[in-house]
Amino acid sequence: MSNTENLIKELVEKHGKCRNSLMAVLQGVVAKEKYLSEDAMKKVAEHMDVSAADVYGTASFYTFLDTVPRGRNVIRVCQTISCDMAGKDEIIEALEATLKIKVGETTHDGNFSLLVANCMGWCHMGPVMLINDDVYTELTPQKAMEALEKYVVSTNN
Amino acid sequence: MSTKKVDIIFDAGCAVYDVLDKGLAMPKDDVINEIINSGLKGRGGAGFPTGLKWKFAAAEQADKKYIICNADEGEPGTFKDREILTKVPQKVFVGMALCSHATGAEEGYIYLRGEYNYMLKELQEKIDIFNNQLQQRGVNFTIKIKSGSGAYVCGEETALMESMEGKRGEPRNKPPFPTVAGYNAKPTIINNVETFVYTTMIVRMGANDFKSLGTADSSGSKVFSVSGDTPNAGIFELELGMKLNDFVDEWGDGDTKAVQVGGASGHCVPRKNFGETVIGFEGIPTGGSMMIFNSSRSMYNVLKNYLEFFVEESCGQCTPCRVGCQQLLKGIELIKKGDRKPSYLDDLKKLAESMKISAKCGLGQSVANPFISIIDNFKEEIIY
Ligand SMILES: Cc1cc2nc3c(=O)[nH]c(=O)nc-3n(C[C@H](O)[C@H](O)[C@H](O)COP(=O)(O)O)c2cc1C
Ligand code: SF4
Ligand code: FES
Repeated sequence: MSNTENLIKELVEKHGKCRNSLMAVLQGVVAKEKYLSEDAMKKVAEHMDVSAADVYGTASFYTFLDTVPRGRNVIRVCQTISCDMAGKDEIIEALEATLKIKVGETTHDGNFSLLVANCMGWCHMGPVMLINDDVYTELTPQKAMEALEKYVVSTNN
Repeated sequence: MSTKKVDIIFDAGCAVYDVLDKGLAMPKDDVINEIINSGLKGRGGAGFPTGLKWKFAAAEQADKKYIICNADEGEPGTFKDREILTKVPQKVFVGMALCSHATGAEEGYIYLRGEYNYMLKELQEKIDIFNNQLQQRGVNFTIKIKSGSGAYVCGEETALMESMEGKRGEPRNKPPFPTVAGYNAKPTIINNVETFVYTTMIVRMGANDFKSLGTADSSGSKVFSVSGDTPNAGIFELELGMKLNDFVDEWGDGDTKAVQVGGASGHCVPRKNFGETVIGFEGIPTGGSMMIFNSSRSMYNVLKNYLEFFVEESCGQCTPCRVGCQQLLKGIELIKKGDRKPSYLDDLKKLAESMKISAKCGLGQSVANPFISIIDNFKEEIIY
């Protein structure tokens, strides 16, 4: 059995083979693998006894349930108005320049994907970004670069 | 006049388990009547009377009922539920337990937006302690967390329930209302995070003390999330019924040209109307978002940012919203570029108005709020 399938089996056991657990299972796969491959979705369907189309339907609805490959670390910069006014463009430009990718892309080494997302609930402390589940507030280009370093080291270990 | 700061929600001196015991010792109907008498209306935006919602759910006969705490907090400019869940989560849990006592629901869920995953572990630990406390008291109620995955529309109560059922977050038709058929088609009480805290505090302080704050239509206080052009951004609990003028005097930077009350789906109030605008259910209601713009800001950019938000967050289920949002965005871009005459704005306005009556849920219905209030008050900025 592949790693992905083992993971899915574990998640289905943990959350229960019940339609209401589908989100939790999909979230569990994304937490580990960063996105839902076609194969993963088929396996989820098999182990949860729902149709693959249903699984894809649910997955494709949610911003955080990516169905295209992503890097090991996913950066999401808030693009909504309060962060926009606080200077999110400058942060995105700095990240693009450092990572040598555009918004929507993944670095060659597969370490970072750079995305934008809507209001993250820190509007009084913009600009804001998430790296995976971690929150970074009151960003300057400098602070954004420093934040990245943490994730470069951890994957070299 | 000035705004009045209140310290109910974050009041650290509140012994939460005493309130829990007080409420559990009260007959169910007394709890419900206390909430009804307080005049408390939902703090998530729509403002339905909380006591009535509980009463309806209590009257339902069913083998199972559910309580959901709506912690999806996706409205741009809102961040108070995050702060409440971080600083005083026990007050939220107590509110849910009191609701369980009043309505007979035995399972509770907190639907936490995916953006707040960072707090999952801590929140779960606190819930475990609370569930344990309930068990010790012989109360048949437990709280669990379900996580969202980045979809604003899932804050809409029926979309949220679809999402909890593992489906796409597409809003349902209403009726049936959730108190009749909600999660798993069972009677369900869904309230905002802040609403649950107020129910706790009303049981503690009594309906009359709560009602002594605010106005007849908007009793009590409310937590506001203030962002944008202000030297004092952050979270503030204020008495309801204040004039926008007084708010701006205190939070503006001296150069405020407009305030967006209620987030992207709320209303934009220009300076000339600050004096007459009341913040509350009799005036402009808000889930708490107050975004301040000074004269350096382009209201075209503000509107465009909101429309981009709605285009992305529309669930796409109904045509007026799916196509309407796209056309409104495209429309103002074309006018700006000079590819459409300024009079085209009138057509767009009609489109927004028709979305208000034809869209299936609150998302599509409310796009007209920012659209019409911004183009009516800042027409030149939109056109030129
Ligand atoms: C598009 C949309 C998004 C919403 N988002 C939220 C939200 O994030 N949090 C919330 O409490 N209510 C939200 N609501 C309102 C809910 O549908 C519902 O009215 C509310 O949770 C009821 O709780 P309350 O009466 O305590 O306010 C939203 C409504 C719509 C139409
Ligand atoms: S109004 Fe928009 S969000 Fe609501 S159901 Fe229709 S398409 Fe979906
Ligand atoms: S606007 Fe960026 S966090 Fe709210």
